[in-house]
Amino acid sequence: MNARLRYRKFVSGFMLGMTGLAALITVVVLFFILGYLVVHGGASINWNFFTKLPTPVGETGGGMANAIVGSAKLLFLASIIGVPVGFLGGVYLAEFSGGTVAFIVRYAADLLNGVPSIVIGIFAYAVLVLPFKHYSTLAGAAALALMMVPITLRSTEQFLQAVPGSLREGAMALGASKAKTIATVIVPAAYRGILTAILLALARVAGETAPLLFTAFGNRFWSTGWEEPTASLPVMIYTYAISPYDDWHRQAWAAGLVLLGLILVVNILARAILARGVSIPRS
Amino acid sequence: MAATSTTPSAGPISGSRSFLSRLREGDEIARIITSLFAFSVVLVTLLLVFELWHGSVLSRHKFGFHFFVTSIWDPNSGDFGALPFIYGTLVTAFVSLAIAVPLGIGAAIFLAELAPQNISDTLQFFIDLLAAVPSVIYGLLGVFIIVPIMREDIQPFLKSTLGFLPLFTGPAYGIGFLTAGIVLAIMVIPYIVSVSREVLLSVPRDQREAALALGSTRWESTWKVVVPFARTGIMGSIFLALARALGETMAVTMVIGNTPTISASLLSPGYSIAAVIANELGEATGDLYLQSLVELGLVLFLLTFILNGLARLLIVLTAQRGSEMGRT
Repeated sequence: MNARLRYRKFVSGFMLGMTGLAALITVVVLFFILGYLVVHGGASINWNFFTKLPTPVGETGGGMANAIVGSAKLLFLASIIGVPVGFLGGVYLAEFSGGTVAFIVRYAADLLNGVPSIVIGIFAYAVLVLPFKHYSTLAGAAALALMMVPITLRSTEQFLQAVPGSLREGAMALGASKAKTIATVIVPAAYRGILTAILLALARVAGETAPLLFTAFGNRFWSTGWEEPTASLPVMIYTYAISPYDDWHRQAWAAGLVLLGLILVVNILARAILARGVSIPRS
Repeated sequence: MAATSTTPSAGPISGSRSFLSRLREGDEIARIITSLFAFSVVLVTLLLVFELWHGSVLSRHKFGFHFFVTSIWDPNSGDFGALPFIYGTLVTAFVSLAIAVPLGIGAAIFLAELAPQNISDTLQFFIDLLAAVPSVIYGLLGVFIIVPIMREDIQPFLKSTLGFLPLFTGPAYGIGFLTAGIVLAIMVIPYIVSVSREVLLSVPRDQREAALALGSTRWESTWKVVVPFARTGIMGSIFLALARALGETMAVTMVIGNTPTISASLLSPGYSIAAVIANELGEATGDLYLQSLVELGLVLFLLTFILNGLARLLIVLTAQRGSEMGRT
């Protein structure tokens, strides 16, 4: 082996080693994040966190019960608005539409998907907060729904299109109408994929803070109904983390642990549903 | 069976039947209902663009191009110039890319070229989870973990070794452009890795084999053949990451310092477009103030719109090239 070849082999080994190191660094970050949250959050999480309201400024103790319920309300309402629009829009794209129309809808969805969340917040603020002159749970949920729609829509379309044509033809050959074929054959065949997409969309918006800052705003008390501002976990983490109080910092860590735990569990669950087979054989 | 050649496509089979019979069977109703939902997406998107455009009309007319080149932001006197925010957004985004691009592409090469399938899939799974971590969590870790480390160790170290550069001067606050850039880098790496890995995997196998057969080492075949083949797609992943970095709000707001300064030093606190919107929109009194913030939103929207479009185009181009070459 001459010196030149030895040098080239060394460079090859060295650079490939560096790529491995890069991959390692990237993945290790996840475990650092989890580790810090478990250590700091775990030390400050307690029963009060889940059951008590925030205490007045300066008093220690209290919890984030209202923010947990607020987040749940926001996500519930966002799903009610966002999932049907995304799902039915996806059905339209996959089953009913032709060239130009599908292109426009797809383009709009992709554009919406790329809009920074803070801009979604501005939009919801301009349309749903300013005209009514008050912050509301509804406005926050609408902003989150707007972020769910493009994800649900595009995934529904993809998974419906992955259903083999033979299933579709079989149903129609038996005399089923197109609507009936879609409802009883095609959608059931793709439901795992669609469910996964909806869960991932939920997990994505569950942690969104920027669109809620000036829509759902925040609330140190229980929020009744849909017209009042409401607390939410992400916004609480933000306001508590930048506050000057140690006790609030402690609670921000606890809230971070709860929020990230939920999001990661839903993510893993969603991927597990998909991995167990998309219930249809590839034709 | 000979009849398979006449298999109809999944297209409009119902075209031959009369409108009434389709209506009775529910096909037409289903089509109309689903189309309403699909078009509502287009409508809302148009409304969003309209609101941003119409909602910033005052500020656009009053300041014109000066909005982008002046740096006085004074709600009391009604003077709004966005230069410090634009500067902060660009600086943090480029710092983040300077860190994330080498790391992300390196990791993608490892996942696509080197790692066995099961290890690659496992690592990709973790990277997908990393992409799912919400921005406010990155901000939380930024405030309590990264900022102290920057203040105590990294920034003093940078000043003592590279302090002769204007990039690393001034007091070590911990917060600032560099810290925000680092947090952003951590956030955008998963996007670069995921997309670049896909693109690299779409490079036809014979490209690698040909390079190896000609006597190149593993690295030479990767770096001089596979990566150039996937170049446009990798550029796409970088644009995608840049769009994310520009629009990122919470994590940046929490660590950048929220001070509208333009400083050559990366250690100096600054401000970004998204951060100023997050901090001030809810309290903006007066139309001009509000509209100036909406105009900043419009700027962000246009930037990410262009970058995302470009990114998608580049990624599609590479994927097409890969499948074309693979077929022949």
